Amino acid sequence: MTPEGLRYTKDHEWARTDGDLVVVGITHYAQDQLGDVVFVELPAVGRTLEAGQSFGVIEAVKTVSDLYAPMAGEIVEVNAALAGEPALVNQAPYEAGWMVKIRPSNAADLDHLLDASAYRALLEAQHA
Amino acid sequence: MTTLTTPFLECHKRAGAKLVEFAGFLMPISYAGILAEHRAVRTSAGVFDVSHMGEFEVRGPDAGRFVDHLVTNRVAGAEVGQAVYTPMCLPNGGIVDDLLAYKFEDRIMLVVNAANIAGDWEWAQEVAQGFDVRLENVSDRIAQLAVQGPRAAEIFEGLVPPAALDLGYYRFTGTSLWGVPMVFSRTGYTGEDGFELYFDAAQGERVWEELFQVGRKVGLQPIGLGARDTLRLEMAFCLYGNDIDRTTHPLEASLGWTVKLDKPDFVSKAALLAAKAKGLERRLVGLEIASPRVARQGWEVLAGGAVVGRVSSGTASPSLGRSIALAYVPAGGAANGTEYMVRSGSVELPARVVPRPFYTQASHR
Repeated sequence: MTPEGLRYTKDHEWARTDGDLVVVGITHYAQDQLGDVVFVELPAVGRTLEAGQSFGVIEAVKTVSDLYAPMAGEIVEVNAALAGEPALVNQAPYEAGWMVKIRPSNAADLDHLLDASAYRALLEAQHA
Repeated sequence: MTTLTTPFLECHKRAGAKLVEFAGFLMPISYAGILAEHRAVRTSAGVFDVSHMGEFEVRGPDAGRFVDHLVTNRVAGAEVGQAVYTPMCLPNGGIVDDLLAYKFEDRIMLVVNAANIAGDWEWAQEVAQGFDVRLENVSDRIAQLAVQGPRAAEIFEGLVPPAALDLGYYRFTGTSLWGVPMVFSRTGYTGEDGFELYFDAAQGERVWEELFQVGRKVGLQPIGLGARDTLRLEMAFCLYGNDIDRTTHPLEASLGWTVKLDKPDFVSKAALLAAKAKGLERRLVGLEIASPRVARQGWEVLAGGAVVGRVSSGTASPSLGRSIALAYVPAGGAANGTEYMVRSGSVELPARVVPRPFYTQASHR
């Protein structure tokens, strides 16, 4: 449920290095909390983001949630498949349900995010 | 306050439910997922644990006269075996609750919303002053399951007398299932055909197990509160606490058909007559939102840039694939096709008044 090798945020997003880009999505825990996702609003390609800035919206049947940039950078690609199939976020949050690819302003920012064991600890603390 | 549970808590856990606290009860919000559960009810059948709802029994020589005084619809004149949907109002017309009144030979049973049990009980006792009636709150002793969907009746074939499956909508009968006596009622909150079963809470788990055994043939699924909400909203059925409450009255909530202003006298009659004479200020309407975003409870309704109303419920309609909402708008702007904007913070979406129900393919109206 919390794959190794990825980085995580307290807002329940994950980030994965892909060449000189970083792929971003929401965690299994986040999609489970949201329930069935019916719409994902993603930013325009080329937009630049500050770390922590809201860049999109996930609309689920019961609730809505903002998406936050895990690090500063430029949006270079968004997952177009989510427009027709938002349920991919529920079905494969770490794979086909990815949201955006960012060209980070500073690649080292990734190292400041949580690793899998720290994120697991965060989840456990929330449920203690 | 400690969290209450229904007799089915262990059944929910075994079925993999995600549990939340609702109206003081630990209840299943979903099992397989809201969309899958919604689809099951629209295409086959599903079971809802609605045991959190309250039941009051009214007995005595004045039972009919009292209930007709307490609520806005006509109950005393209903036939034995008939269930009547009705608001219950304050003297100023504000809605205390909406409920089902079941007319039995010897009593009337009022089925009320879980969140309102205490308030309703207090109010009913107050109104009962001067009537020769005995009121009993039997909420804790009664389990309630709703079996809903176009294939709901199939489940009970051969298990109940044919007459029970020939019941009209909003009719009920006493019967027994797996040796458990129950009220078998052709009612529901989904727009689909189906039944609501009321029985001894102590028999809860057994009935649940038996029901899913026989329900296998139609792929019966457990359904949580999440899909209960999307199903009722597609039918534009009011939800107490969202679309109606003590600050709204039944006429503006488009529940005029449940208000019998020609009844001799009832609590709220004068206020509702006056409201009608004066003309309504606002009206609950159905909105279709021209966006995949959902306008939820509390969003503002705008006309010409000014706030003129408020969204009371909203969801992404699973059956229609559209964003729908119920909202109060000015009574003069309630006609189908009237255009508004709905807003929350910086998000502003176009909306249009559409006919209710939103979903017109349900197996019952």
